[in-house]
Amino acid sequence: MPLLEDGRLVPDAWVSATEDAPLPEGAVIMPLDRLEQAATRNAPLGVSIGNDVSVEALAPWLPRLSLVQVVVPKSKDGRAFSQIRALREYHGFAGEIRVAGHVIPDHYAMLLRCGASTVVVPDGADPAVWEASRHVVSIAYQHAQSAETPLALLRRKVA
Amino acid sequence: MPEAPFLRPPEHARTYRYDAVDRAFLAQRIAEFRGQVQRRLAGELTEDEFKPLRLMNGLYLQLHAYMLRVAIPYGVLNATQLRQLAYVARRWDRGWGHFTTRQNIQFNWTKLIDTPEMLEALAAVDMHAIQTSGNCIRNTTTDEFAGAAPDEVADPRVYAEILRQWSSLHPEFTWLPRKFKIAVRGAEEDRIASRTHDVAVQLKRDAAGAVGFTIHVGGGMGRTPILAQPIFDFVPEAEFLRVMEAILRVYNALGQRENIYRARIKILVRDLGRDGFLDLVNAELARMPVEPYRLAPEIVQAIRAHFAPPPFAPANGGAAALERATAADADFADWVRLNTRPHRQPGYASAVISLKPVGGIPGDAMAEQMEAVAELAERHGFGELRVSHTQNLVLPHVQLKDLHALWQGLRAAGLGTANFGQGTDIIACPGLDYCALANARSIPISQQISERVDALDRAHGLGELQIKISGCINACGHHHVAHIGILGVDKHGAEAYQITLGGAPGNDAAIGELIGPSFSYDAVAGAVETILRTHIAQRQPGERFLDTYRRIGQAPFKEALYAAA
Repeated sequence: MPLLEDGRLVPDAWVSATEDAPLPEGAVIMPLDRLEQAATRNAPLGVSIGNDVSVEALAPWLPRLSLVQVVVPKSKDGRAFSQIRALREYHGFAGEIRVAGHVIPDHYAMLLRCGASTVVVPDGADPAVWEASRHVVSIAYQHAQSAETPLALLRRKVA
Repeated sequence: MPEAPFLRPPEHARTYRYDAVDRAFLAQRIAEFRGQVQRRLAGELTEDEFKPLRLMNGLYLQLHAYMLRVAIPYGVLNATQLRQLAYVARRWDRGWGHFTTRQNIQFNWTKLIDTPEMLEALAAVDMHAIQTSGNCIRNTTTDEFAGAAPDEVADPRVYAEILRQWSSLHPEFTWLPRKFKIAVRGAEEDRIASRTHDVAVQLKRDAAGAVGFTIHVGGGMGRTPILAQPIFDFVPEAEFLRVMEAILRVYNALGQRENIYRARIKILVRDLGRDGFLDLVNAELARMPVEPYRLAPEIVQAIRAHFAPPPFAPANGGAAALERATAADADFADWVRLNTRPHRQPGYASAVISLKPVGGIPGDAMAEQMEAVAELAERHGFGELRVSHTQNLVLPHVQLKDLHALWQGLRAAGLGTANFGQGTDIIACPGLDYCALANARSIPISQQISERVDALDRAHGLGELQIKISGCINACGHHHVAHIGILGVDKHGAEAYQITLGGAPGNDAAIGELIGPSFSYDAVAGAVETILRTHIAQRQPGERFLDTYRRIGQAPFKEALYAAA
């Protein structure tokens, strides 16, 4: 499925491990319960988690991980926003945070503000719609994890 | 650092005065919604995907039409805005609006295609419908006497506005398990039904005079009514939003999402226990950086400047003039006794404009009435208005010497009813006349009860009495915390009404107790009369219904209601 980064479709260097199949070469995204199988390989390592998993469970792995993917089951289920923010803010995770599953363009700006890097979008998705949605509201009253809005709370008023 | 215009609001802004950034934000939000409507019409968004987006812009689908719920942040409004609401009512609705228990206003006959234009008309007076619905942080409510009440330790509007800004399109908390309602009060007396909210904030001052916050969490009504529990006694001002973030983080991660009836934070707090929930909030606070979430005193100061007191006039014998006027006119004296409240400024009072004419529809106001009130607010009250959670309007600052002229003006507009806090000041949801969720009608029941209560009150004097009616178990009419609560249910396909007694919303908050089997549509107003006649027969001097009920319990009322059956 296409990968969206910074409002554009980009090539995906990662391959997701599939059940029972041998591990592919190179950068691989593993399910959480099979992470160990790929941990000792000399290749970039990623993990895919559901949005009901506490990111605390990933803490021991984070130094080894280059990518964390959060899968959103339903567009109205907002737990991923807290997971992503916690990865950045509590754990200082600096790798790629990828969001997959039922994500809609209307989530995009908020996901980025919480610290997401990339979104797996449906086949045929028009990146222009995502890019427009990302920029339609350019003002925010809250602190964000993303570097482009370093101002603290409500400070956009008084800075 | 150049001084932002934000730091220099007008001396008395009456409401939070938008600057260019706030206006740009609102324009962008409308543009976003316009795009979402277009994508829905083009089939790019499914109805399931579109629904939460439309709700977060205040647009509900009701039984007969769309309903647009317009935010009145913490119930504070100016005369220009009220005139614009009248214009919207006339131009795009059927000439009236309905003020709600959330201190908002609803237009019940909205066409989808008109909504972007309606939102633009609202934006022209710095109003919007953002987050008036949906599973997000809703309009913060507060005391309708804020900035006027003599018992206030600090102005709750300042912190409610801070919450408004902080919660507007919050990147982390816009897709919560369920709606989230915060109430803020500045006085010890609870006039805002604090403990029925997801979070209740009470402003306090420490020995040095610094502002802090007592926080309750986990209240709510609906099918599982729970009163909020205290979790923090005194949060320092600088930590206010850190603590709110921490509470929301725990809720967003752990609140139930499978079952809509178990998704409010009240269920999470109940299941974890107050201590268990507090441990999780403290764990978040321990990890959360301080600086990005610090509420800086200069921000509070800048926002406080928007709520500076109006230029009050000296008292100048107003009290004596009022005394002469009340002595000369018993109806006016009744209105002053019931519908005015003391003010911290000598020579002033706060005046309540009842939207509860006997036999009328609670909370409804015609466009002409809104315009009349706007005019009176400008003439007698610095153009400042409030909406109360009891679905009335308030002029917070009126000179005592002007009260008579104000009352005459209100009477001319059909708004002179003297019943604030009395039995005919009924809270009622729109019910089955409008609402897709309702099981039964609320409005005609309210009208019938209002007439019977009025007759009893005239004959016997009932005093303070809170009757509240919900047309379904979602409890928008606050029936759980009514002295006499009425809940519409569906009984084998017919409308039926359960009655609860002994609830209360304030400092003595309690959930009402079910008195017995339900009553039919035709019998419920008579049942309320029977309950009140029992109270009249049993009461001791000076007792309100609630006092009598708490003293003698359910049995005499049960007997009176069901013995004949």
